[in-house]
Amino acid sequence: MINTLISYLSYPFVRYALIVGVLIALCSSLLGVILVLKRFSYIGDGLSHVAFGAMAISAVVGLTDNMALTLPITIVCAILLLWTGQNTKIKGDAAIAMISVGALAVGYLLMNLFPTSSNISGDVCSTLFGSMKILTLTKNEVILSIVLSVIVVLLFVLFYNRFFAVTFDESFAKAVGTKTNLLNLLIATVIAVIIVLAMNLVGSLLVSALVIFPALSAMRIFKSFRSVTICSAVISVVCALLGIVLSLLLGTPVGSTIVVTDIAAFIICIIAGKIRG
Amino acid sequence: MDQLTCKNLKLGYENITLTEDLSFSVEKGDYLCIVGENGAGKSTLMRTLLRLQKPLAGTIEYNDDLTASKIGYLPQQTIVQKDFPASVYEVVLSGCQNSLGVHLFYSKAAKKRAYDNMERLGISDLAKWCYRDLSGGQQQRVLLARALCATEKMLLLDEPVAGLDPLVTNEMYELIKKLNDEGITVIMISHDIVSSVKYAKHILHIGNEFFFGTVEDYKKSSAGSSYLEGGEAK
Repeated sequence: MINTLISYLSYPFVRYALIVGVLIALCSSLLGVILVLKRFSYIGDGLSHVAFGAMAISAVVGLTDNMALTLPITIVCAILLLWTGQNTKIKGDAAIAMISVGALAVGYLLMNLFPTSSNISGDVCSTLFGSMKILTLTKNEVILSIVLSVIVVLLFVLFYNRFFAVTFDESFAKAVGTKTNLLNLLIATVIAVIIVLAMNLVGSLLVSALVIFPALSAMRIFKSFRSVTICSAVISVVCALLGIVLSLLLGTPVGSTIVVTDIAAFIICIIAGKIRG
Repeated sequence: MDQLTCKNLKLGYENITLTEDLSFSVEKGDYLCIVGENGAGKSTLMRTLLRLQKPLAGTIEYNDDLTASKIGYLPQQTIVQKDFPASVYEVVLSGCQNSLGVHLFYSKAAKKRAYDNMERLGISDLAKWCYRDLSGGQQQRVLLARALCATEKMLLLDEPVAGLDPLVTNEMYELIKKLNDEGITVIMISHDIVSSVKYAKHILHIGNEFFFGTVEDYKKSSAGSSYLEGGEAK
């Protein structure tokens, strides 16, 4: 088994998949902690459907590089949902449900009306569940993923104290003069970037698993924000690595294998949390 | 010396005016309780003092080096906080965020201030505890310590004893009185009229009736006497 693995690692596309997988898992788990605590767990799901719709549009329009359209559309939707969420007429959860289902329907409709390949259901399935997309990444896509991931991690580390403040108590933060609107805007933008990146890895349906599972697992065991964040990142990276390796060895779909390892980690953390008391 | 002067404030939201023509001032070392019916605009007034929202009309003046961001604020607890995985130290330290300025991380002085304020409120031994594992009274102390990190001059407390049992409520009031005796100005929203009259120096009553003045005068006023009867009958 080890030999098979080593022989796989000699292929560049396998190494690409591992690098991108680890980076995306790291970014999504960091922001996941904030989203779960801000009660925005479901936003990952909503945004990933938006990204799905945007991908369908870019396929119909005939863009070869679909990130050029997907990324801006998703960022705009993320800002609409997260930033203005508090004082709109349609409340947060309803807005997310509305936008996500709408985008999903429009995307599927477009793909059917203007088919770009003979196998529509195959296309849809691979966009939703990720399939083997991560194993077909080009060098440019890998570089883009690395750059974006580094920016996300850097932003998180630099704004760690402010992110904590605005997550724990937004009105206090605002009262003492922290620019909460700008921070929320930053969080919304970053989460949109992560979701578009993560779609390559696990597909749009499973993106929210990548965002929420590591955070929830870490919260079972640890009691401070810092340790929860670090633990969440570690769990996420380990699960992503394990998931990719397992899927290679067993020939299972990458996305769902990663999510299953995340679920397993969550169960282990529940038990560990119970033992720890 | 007046730290805060409000003139002809009109508070509310776009179409709804909650209260009008509100004028009062708060001097250094004062202890002001804001009382009034539900929906009278007490929380709105507090949010306006903190510049979280704009008054519809009127002015607020800050003196004595005080700005809105240098006021220590103790908001009501939100649902988000109830199960938040954060240590007491992390929460208290976040009170120093107005001293961050353009810096990204807290200075040594800020960290020392967090420790000093935990000491001051007797929660030093809880520093590593998780906020969600604390009792209601302990959580309020943590939030009060955080507010103290943001200010040396003025505290704004939004119903600090809501949901606390009588014994802890008394401790909380004594704690606030101690801070006031140390020279910190206290402005508090309260539904507990009996304790308000007991601890405060001035009362601001908004809503159906308006009153602003000392506690002694409040007891004699029509707003105060009817409200106090209701409070004592409870």
